[in-house]
Amino acid sequence: MIESVPIPGINDFDKTFWKNTTKNLLSIQHCGSCDEPRFPPRHMCPKCQSTNHKWKIVSGDGELWSYVVPRSPLLPYFEKQSPYVVGLIKLNGYSNIRIIGRIMRADNTNEVDINKISIGSKLSVGFNKINTDISIPFWYLES
Amino acid sequence: MFKDQTAIVGIGQTEFLKNIDSTELNLACKAIKLALDDAGISPDQVDALGSFTYEDTPEFEISRNLGFGNLHYWSQAPYGGGASCAAIGQVAMAIASGIANVGVVWRSRKRGDPSSRMWSHTEQEIFDHWKWSRPSGLVRPVDESSMIMRRYMFENDYSREDLSSVAITLRKYANKNVNALMHKKELSFDEYMNARMISDPLCLYDNCLESDGAIAVVITKLSLAKTLSNEPAIIHAYSQGMSQEHSLMTDYHGENPLHSSSYVTANNLWKQSDFQPKDVSVAQFYDAFSPMIPLSLEAYNFCPKGKALKMISDGFISENGLLPVNTSGGSLSEVYLHGMNLVLEAVRQIRGSSSSQVKQVNLSLVTTCDATPNAALLLKGGI
Repeated sequence: MIESVPIPGINDFDKTFWKNTTKNLLSIQHCGSCDEPRFPPRHMCPKCQSTNHKWKIVSGDGELWSYVVPRSPLLPYFEKQSPYVVGLIKLNGYSNIRIIGRIMRADNTNEVDINKISIGSKLSVGFNKINTDISIPFWYLES
Repeated sequence: MFKDQTAIVGIGQTEFLKNIDSTELNLACKAIKLALDDAGISPDQVDALGSFTYEDTPEFEISRNLGFGNLHYWSQAPYGGGASCAAIGQVAMAIASGIANVGVVWRSRKRGDPSSRMWSHTEQEIFDHWKWSRPSGLVRPVDESSMIMRRYMFENDYSREDLSSVAITLRKYANKNVNALMHKKELSFDEYMNARMISDPLCLYDNCLESDGAIAVVITKLSLAKTLSNEPAIIHAYSQGMSQEHSLMTDYHGENPLHSSSYVTANNLWKQSDFQPKDVSVAQFYDAFSPMIPLSLEAYNFCPKGKALKMISDGFISENGLLPVNTSGGSLSEVYLHGMNLVLEAVRQIRGSSSSQVKQVNLSLVTTCDATPNAALLLKGGI
């Protein structure tokens, strides 16, 4: 089993998303023709089949749609951190954009206190730098 | 037309164990021969095959070992837990359309060893859709299922006490099935509540077993089926289903993540069928994880939205309930073979040979994985 955190492989459709994360920015792909938002990023708009697209920088604020607390057995990297919280975060301003992310403290140094979170909790986005090409978005409780 | 043109006429299974000292090929051969013997059909009559894209035993090796006739059709259905009914349905379509006459569908799997868990082979760099979840620690299928269940429990005010009824009900069925891995192990409410968590809110007993074994079925035209000694399990209706924003193992990005591909399969299945959910005597719902049973009960329209877990707690799927479910113990307590054991139990219920036999079974439903692109078969007896 891999020892360190698995990282996203970058492709043509999502390279802008990942580049923006290295600038601590969350961006959502929209259709360049009909403006329909889509996540995860992809080649074609499922609504109008246009291959034009654009990126909109968003606040990253959202609310916790659901969450889990994984326990052993896990990949070694996550085994060391268990129990931890992974959430599905519904982004503000969109009806159907939901993104998976760790729920951490604001400074990303520690796990959030599980007792302080619940479905519906208001969250802000932060970024965990993996390397020069990628930062993984995480979310923290709005204070 | 497809309706009522084909039937499952033979079923075969190896022993089910945590570890079988054999190969997947040997186990597949054994299960297929048992299924053909059960049907009373000679291997040289077989001309169609169906399996899973996840199956490692190739068609030509199976054919060379069993001595099948010249083959006219074969296909593989994708997506693991979503595949069993699809593999059978596709072979049934080939037979109904006249391309082939006798089909075999099989699944052989050595998954008892923890090193065979798919998630444990997660690559360092992820290029498929799982790049959007694995790096954040949502690594295993159980985590993906748990995410949905916590939301379902939140929306409908359920607790782990309510969820416990799924695993406990299935264990009682397994306790009556001598072939079930958990035949001799009872499961109490206290054991469930004190079990270690795997992905909170799901605990150990909400997860399927890890096991070795193989299962096969034989499918023929109904006209041939009627000449055989077993009561045919007539394939009355079949559909696959995949919703628009489905992403393998999740519907997180659709309009309602609780609205799985099962809704697509169910809608088309009932449309193909002459019957309604209320006409169904017994059902086998794919259960890699316990949440899939209440979610499927709602998707297939047996329970109002949000009510399934309450109804299960009240005995709806139990032996004396209105709709006994996973009556051999299912994937949670009989064996985990990507749901092929559920197909065999659906057939046994038609034949009247289940260890938890439901009285006067006319219609027997079997489904595949709620969290993947999936499929279902509505089987009919009475001939």
